[in-house]
Amino acid sequence: MFMPAMPEIFLAVFVMALMMLGVFTTEKRAFKTVNTFTLAGLLATLVLVLIDRNDRTVALNGLFIADSYGTYMKVLVLIGSAVTLLMSERYVRRQNMARFEYPVIIAFATLGMMLMLSANDLIALYLGLELQSLSLYVAAAFQRDSVRSTEAGLKYFVLGALSSGMLLYGCSMIYGYAGTTEFPLLARVVSDGGQMPVGMVIGVVFLMTGFAFKVSAVPFHMWTPDVYEGAPTSVTAFFAVAPKIAAIGLFLRVMMGPFADMIADWRQVVVFISILSMVLGALAAINQTNIKRLMAYSSIGHVGYALVGLAAGGRAGATAVLVYMTIYLFMNVGTFACILSMRRNGTMVENISDLSGLGKSNPKMALALMIFMFSMAGIPPLAGFFGKLYVFMAAIEAKLFALAIIGVIASVVGAFYYLRIVKIMYFDEAAEPFDAPIGKGVAAVLVVTAVVTAVFFIGMSPVVEIADAAAASLMHK
Amino acid sequence: MEGIGVLTVVTFTPLIGALFILFVVRGSDEEVARNSRWAALWVSLFTFFESLYLWVGFDPATPDFQFEELVNWIPEYNISYHMGVDGISVFFVLLSTFLTPICILASWDSIKTRVREYMISFLVLETFMVGMFCALDFVVFYIFFEAVLIPMFLIIGIWGGPRRVYAAFKFFLYTLLGSVLMLLAIIALYLDARTTNIVTLLNIHVDPQLQLWLWLAFFASFSVKVPMWPVHTWLPDAHVEAPTAGSVILAGVLLKMGGYGFLRFSIGMLPLGSEHFAPLVFALSVIAVIYTSLVALAQQDMKKLIAYSSIAHMGFVTVGIFIMNQQAVAGAIIQMLSHGVVSAALFLCVGVIYDRMHTREIDAYGGLVNRMPKYAAVFLLFTLASVGLPGTSGFVGEILVMVGTFQVNTWVCALIATGMILGAAYMLYLYRRVVFGELTKDSLKSIRDMNWREVAVFAPLVVVVLWMGIYPLSFLLPIEVSVAKLIADYNAALAAAGHAATVAVR
Repeated sequence: MFMPAMPEIFLAVFVMALMMLGVFTTEKRAFKTVNTFTLAGLLATLVLVLIDRNDRTVALNGLFIADSYGTYMKVLVLIGSAVTLLMSERYVRRQNMARFEYPVIIAFATLGMMLMLSANDLIALYLGLELQSLSLYVAAAFQRDSVRSTEAGLKYFVLGALSSGMLLYGCSMIYGYAGTTEFPLLARVVSDGGQMPVGMVIGVVFLMTGFAFKVSAVPFHMWTPDVYEGAPTSVTAFFAVAPKIAAIGLFLRVMMGPFADMIADWRQVVVFISILSMVLGALAAINQTNIKRLMAYSSIGHVGYALVGLAAGGRAGATAVLVYMTIYLFMNVGTFACILSMRRNGTMVENISDLSGLGKSNPKMALALMIFMFSMAGIPPLAGFFGKLYVFMAAIEAKLFALAIIGVIASVVGAFYYLRIVKIMYFDEAAEPFDAPIGKGVAAVLVVTAVVTAVFFIGMSPVVEIADAAAASLMHK
Repeated sequence: MEGIGVLTVVTFTPLIGALFILFVVRGSDEEVARNSRWAALWVSLFTFFESLYLWVGFDPATPDFQFEELVNWIPEYNISYHMGVDGISVFFVLLSTFLTPICILASWDSIKTRVREYMISFLVLETFMVGMFCALDFVVFYIFFEAVLIPMFLIIGIWGGPRRVYAAFKFFLYTLLGSVLMLLAIIALYLDARTTNIVTLLNIHVDPQLQLWLWLAFFASFSVKVPMWPVHTWLPDAHVEAPTAGSVILAGVLLKMGGYGFLRFSIGMLPLGSEHFAPLVFALSVIAVIYTSLVALAQQDMKKLIAYSSIAHMGFVTVGIFIMNQQAVAGAIIQMLSHGVVSAALFLCVGVIYDRMHTREIDAYGGLVNRMPKYAAVFLLFTLASVGLPGTSGFVGEILVMVGTFQVNTWVCALIATGMILGAAYMLYLYRRVVFGELTKDSLKSIRDMNWREVAVFAPLVVVVLWMGIYPLSFLLPIEVSVAKLIADYNAALAAAGHAATVAVR
């Protein structure tokens, strides 16, 4: 009965062992050792997740479910965590953050994400979510001597705690009206109940509020730019990828699982926050000068597009979101690999204007960043276009025409600021070049993600197929 | 036909060339620039010769798509990599492969910075253009259609004039806004027919009400691309700021993407919508022809003048397309090809003197005939071709469009005919101010005539313009059958809808 949860159990035990290892190694070598082992542990977990493919098994007395949807999302999350850990090693060392707790915290956050992606009960959901969130608060404040970093951590904590409170309140409302916290039973209540009592709807809306905080959808996005800007860049890179994918995954799991039959009640909420996120993500990013803040707004916009798929609902919508998040993973990891290499005369720089003339001073990096920017703007044949294609397909199929039209127009507005980065890199006069070399890890990540983003269309069919199967397992009653 | 064939080869040869330049060409800056130029020239010439096979092997007797290729791509969504050409598209492929080597040759000396990137951009652009005209799957079409923006944005933005950033952004965002609406229409069509295969979609009947919406979405995209008044304002900016070769491709091929889109998709898939909105197109085209001709008269900048004349000429094309009879549609296609060559040549003519004097102000010139006789002759030929002198390509397209239009709507014909008169006025006025008169300006006293490279650039253009003007049949023949089928299908769809409507009334 523990077998389906094997990857999570393995990771939990492994991370605890790593803490012991960290304490008992000399201080000098602790970070290096633990970091390497964490990477290995994450990869081993990835292997376990991929091996353990028994479809739809419930474990731990109904708290935990293993299905191909969970597998798909966990693979994305594990890749995201492992890769951000790989590329941040140099950065962490240089910013005097090289304490062995850093990889341990990242690993704990990853564990939390995996648990929440496999949640089959509101209690399990909350446990996973909190394990993730608490680790992230600490990670944001990891550079403890920096005012900005601690401020970011504190801000994140206060707002995150508030959202957790709302989420818990929603859970208790749902429990009060449905009489259960288990997803299969909830699903039965929802599908048998006909018209839902208002209290149940309110509960679901509070639950969604909590999720909207975690995925940073407008109007619950306020923490995002400040936290992204304030947190150490390696942590921001992590924030932008794994937790976001996990939170979207959880959002989907809950809304399309137990509450799928209430779609008429919750769809308008998702449509609303999706439109707001797309529009605000596009407009607010225009005036940003700090690239980390810009990426914060960009990620708000991307969440808006992913939510278009959720609003569409059904298998097509879920497939679209899965494909979108897969592409999102590669684009964002790549972009942050570039941001982590923005280092001039030994200090990190993070203004957009610092990129000026990169096309001349570092053509390879500029080419990669240009690929990511055009991809995020949704220009074919790059990967980002296909993400948008699938979500809009799902939206039109669900007859959400207004949502689709507003979405594509927002994507044109959004294209403006992505183009601005290309403009600064290629059209403007060269500034001083960045420090070279950028390090083997970062360079490898950059090459791989750029190639994947550029030629995603070749290998798209299998990805869509797997995502479709995963979406089908999510719909399963 | 299953599998990969000649169209894929033609489409992706330039891309392979671009990758070759990117990864293989090494050395000092000077060597890189020289080798990139030669590599790009050879690759583009090779592509052109490959594409000639399409013309030679083309069977003018059938309206079907030829050289078809079909490979499954995303079976989950029934999307495949599907290529093929018919009489409507084959010459646009040739136009693209014909102009690219000319562009590369024309940029030989005038582009001095980042030559390698420039050549890569042009080759990538060629791949996208050719692919767009060959695509027989809607998603593949859209990918190429919009991907064109990336290299063009860079070409304008990196190698353009002083206001290049503004022009590049305007070009990109304007076109993108139109395209994304088309994307939604493509998705709606897909959900209607559950396929993105263009050949299938050409034969289905879309619900009449839906047709109107879809038509408007397509119109948003293609009218920006053509461009039609009032969404033409990106064009003068883009032309003025783009480097010479960028203007050549922009006027020569990119504008044709809009006309091609109208023919293939608006007319082919949405006949009822096209019939419904044809008066709108006529009105906008007539305004475009007259208004932009008047604007062209007042221009001080040579490139801007030619840019506005492009809009006027494309007004003829949109009228011809929506008149929907044999002469007008064939005329519109010929007019597009002719304009592709002539406006390209005119931009190159401007480029020749711009390279020498670094100004495009008309007032800065005058009396060039005294120092540059060869140039004056070439410029004269293309000026007259643009005006529509019999014996040049411009005449054939315009007369066919007028003949076709006259049969359907005399007023529209009369109004666009004023455009021809105005066209003669602004072009000859331009020519007189630049070439004739006394050579009084000191700066022009030492100007040199065209060198061998420039002669080599213009020679093929002169040949094509005269060929199309004197013996247009070699171009009209392959077009004819496909156009006839397009019109027959269109009328059949209208008749069927009319029949259905009468039945409903009863």
